[in-house]
Amino acid sequence: MAVVKEKPREEQLPTRRRKIAATGSDAAAYAVRDADVDVVAVYPITPQAPIAENIAQMIADGELDAELIHVESEHSAMSAAVAAAATGARSFTATSSQGLELMHEILYIASGLRQPVVMALATRALSAPINIWNDYADAMAMRDTSWIMIFSENVQEVYDNLVQAFRIAEHPDVLLPVVVTLDGYILSHTTEALEPLDREEVLSFAPKRPRGYRPVLDPDHPVTIGVLGAPNWYQEVKVQQALAMRESRRVIEETGKEFGKRYGREYGFIEPYYMDDAEVAIVTLGATSSLVKAAVNRLREQGVKAGMVKIRVFRPFPAEELAKVLENVNALGVLDRAVSFGGALEGPLAMEVLSTLAVRGITKPFISFIHGLGGRDIFVKDVVEMYQKLLEAAKSGKSVTRTLFYGVRSRRGHII
Amino acid sequence: MALTKPIKSLWEIPREERFVGGHAACQGCGAALVLRHLTKVVGKDAIIVNATGCMEVISTLFPRTAWRNPWLHLAFENAGAAASGVEAALKALQRKGVLDKNRYIKVVAIAGDGGTFDIGLQSLSGMLERGHDVMYVVYDNEAYMNTGIQRSGATPYGAWTTTTPVGKKFRGEWRPKKDIVGIAYAHRIPYIATANPAYPIDMINKFVKAYNTRGPSLVHVLTPCTPGWRIPESKTIEVAKLAVQTGMWVLLEIENGKPKVTVKVRKRKPVREYLKMQGRFRHLTEEDIKKIQEMVDKYVEEINRWVGEEAIGPVEE
Ligand SMILES: Cc1ncc(C[n+]2csc(CCOP(=O)(O)OP(=O)(O)O)c2C)c(N)n1
Ligand code: SF4
Ligand SMILES: [Mg+2]
Repeated sequence: MAVVKEKPREEQLPTRRRKIAATGSDAAAYAVRDADVDVVAVYPITPQAPIAENIAQMIADGELDAELIHVESEHSAMSAAVAAAATGARSFTATSSQGLELMHEILYIASGLRQPVVMALATRALSAPINIWNDYADAMAMRDTSWIMIFSENVQEVYDNLVQAFRIAEHPDVLLPVVVTLDGYILSHTTEALEPLDREEVLSFAPKRPRGYRPVLDPDHPVTIGVLGAPNWYQEVKVQQALAMRESRRVIEETGKEFGKRYGREYGFIEPYYMDDAEVAIVTLGATSSLVKAAVNRLREQGVKAGMVKIRVFRPFPAEELAKVLENVNALGVLDRAVSFGGALEGPLAMEVLSTLAVRGITKPFISFIHGLGGRDIFVKDVVEMYQKLLEAAKSGKSVTRTLFYGVRSRRGHII
Repeated sequence: MALTKPIKSLWEIPREERFVGGHAACQGCGAALVLRHLTKVVGKDAIIVNATGCMEVISTLFPRTAWRNPWLHLAFENAGAAASGVEAALKALQRKGVLDKNRYIKVVAIAGDGGTFDIGLQSLSGMLERGHDVMYVVYDNEAYMNTGIQRSGATPYGAWTTTTPVGKKFRGEWRPKKDIVGIAYAHRIPYIATANPAYPIDMINKFVKAYNTRGPSLVHVLTPCTPGWRIPESKTIEVAKLAVQTGMWVLLEIENGKPKVTVKVRKRKPVREYLKMQGRFRHLTEEDIKKIQEMVDKYVEEINRWVGEEAIGPVEE
């Protein structure tokens, strides 16, 4: 038997980690456990409910030492989470769809008061008609609430993004709430391989900062949080908030790089897929990206120079990165899973991408696609068709001036 | 230092001001007076959670604040939930050794009648039902004063407000006041009381008891509002006192489910005396006043039956 004389140095340790089978909801709960969250305030809703249940079980089993507040609504969940953060606790909540809408008022208050709440959002369509399946209508409805928004593509990303979320939110140059999405059912209920980190690692990557590094409710240092801001001050507060959102880019970037250095999975604002020589590209979000990647693979086999860009960080919007990667395509599409009813284009992400390019003087034949509302299956062939439409646009040099809905039940064909 | 024992005379009220002058409340504001006393009772080691409403608005116009305590305001309808969040955070941080385990920090929620009876009722119910260690003080000026005297569920029968105006067809509020004490009682919380600034010792001692309760407590305080009730700035206490003397407002205490009247009224004054002092009741006819008298008589009867004695006596002209 070999005798170990000294403790091995870090670089000598094996880097292979244990892999477990986990759903996105498991991954979210593990991240909460590993980040040693102090207060969890949750109200159940499909498909977020397993996150709440998992956390409750962990607390019941003594694996997580947190106060679980069984709030009577999501409005109260967000209120309690913000108040706990204001008291100096690491606080977490999770929701979906109608629950997020009920929180809406307090979403702005969380960010306006600069409270680093972290939330998991199992994305789901909005009523009416009531629908429990995946799309991004709920997430898109919070885009102006001054939350940092990170989309996950798979179960591993749910975990990794949440771990990073605590570090980003609590960073003194940021102090903004962060939401991490997981596609309802597609990720929240689907089992994949997950490589969780050790708790000590998580706490060294996203350490709890000393109390008092930011103003909190403390009898020894009384502060008034939640003041009345009249016209002589309100604007300054909001501008500071906008600047904090801009400043957060640096911290998000640093955090993603550092994560890669430590654990081998680096994260940026966007993930380009076959973009080096792409002639046509689609921009999309979340787990939908996997589907678009599959379409790209199929097209590449046929010799079509297709590419894809996944937006990981939706807020702050990665305009520079996106403009750079899209500079050389001949035509460009955006696949949205939400509708901005009556908008100039009806795809909310489409409008963001287009304005990103327009202010930089980049014009491309452009098509806004919407598909996959309320859990409607998007088939790879549908996405392939979108690329074909883009190839036509590239050839004619013309954009389609209105949004195209794909996968619709209609006698006139599935595109409206 | 919190006042932890009941007081017998006004001289025992702590001199230290924690809700300080310079705020923007109207002259004669009953609620501001109550907060001044409340903060004297709870002292330094209390975190205040305030709902949107007059008291929040008058006390924190940036960059100034009237609060010497740590103070949090999130929104109108969520004082109960926000207070729950603060309390849970304190518990977790104390357990984990971030905060001193042996130091007692009280969470005090303050909300108006609108923020409590109406829009904040669900959040309050959740807080009470979950058993958070929060002292909840509702200052009841019987309308949404901050937005311009609109009626609330706490507006009494007959009162004029800007949304129960006096016209040819309708003349003021036509529904009785909601029973918030009954609602709190249904939650089986350890301590509930009603209070009134015209009886400062009784009020302060109720704050002391609520402070010393471990678990949820609720103190419902009547706070006359000079513009909303259409009363002169000098009459706040007089009107508040008449509310008790007429039986419109009974000073109650419910400790661990046992009700008690803390200020007994042997001989009641007719409600007319209370109503006549206030512009919001100016339009009432003799018939209306008679109806209100009957309502109060019935209420007094109910209370006496509940506490098991004639704590509030008959009307004597
Ligand atoms: C969700 C929401 N609805 C309405 C308002 C507007 N509002 C602010 S204060 C207030 C009335 C407050 O009434 P009350 O709780 O009785 O307190 P008071 O102003 O009488 O002290 C209203 C309606 C608000 N701030 N938020
Ligand atoms: S309106 Fe009434 S409650 Fe509001 S500050 Fe003035 S007196 Fe006080
Ligand atoms: Mg009121």
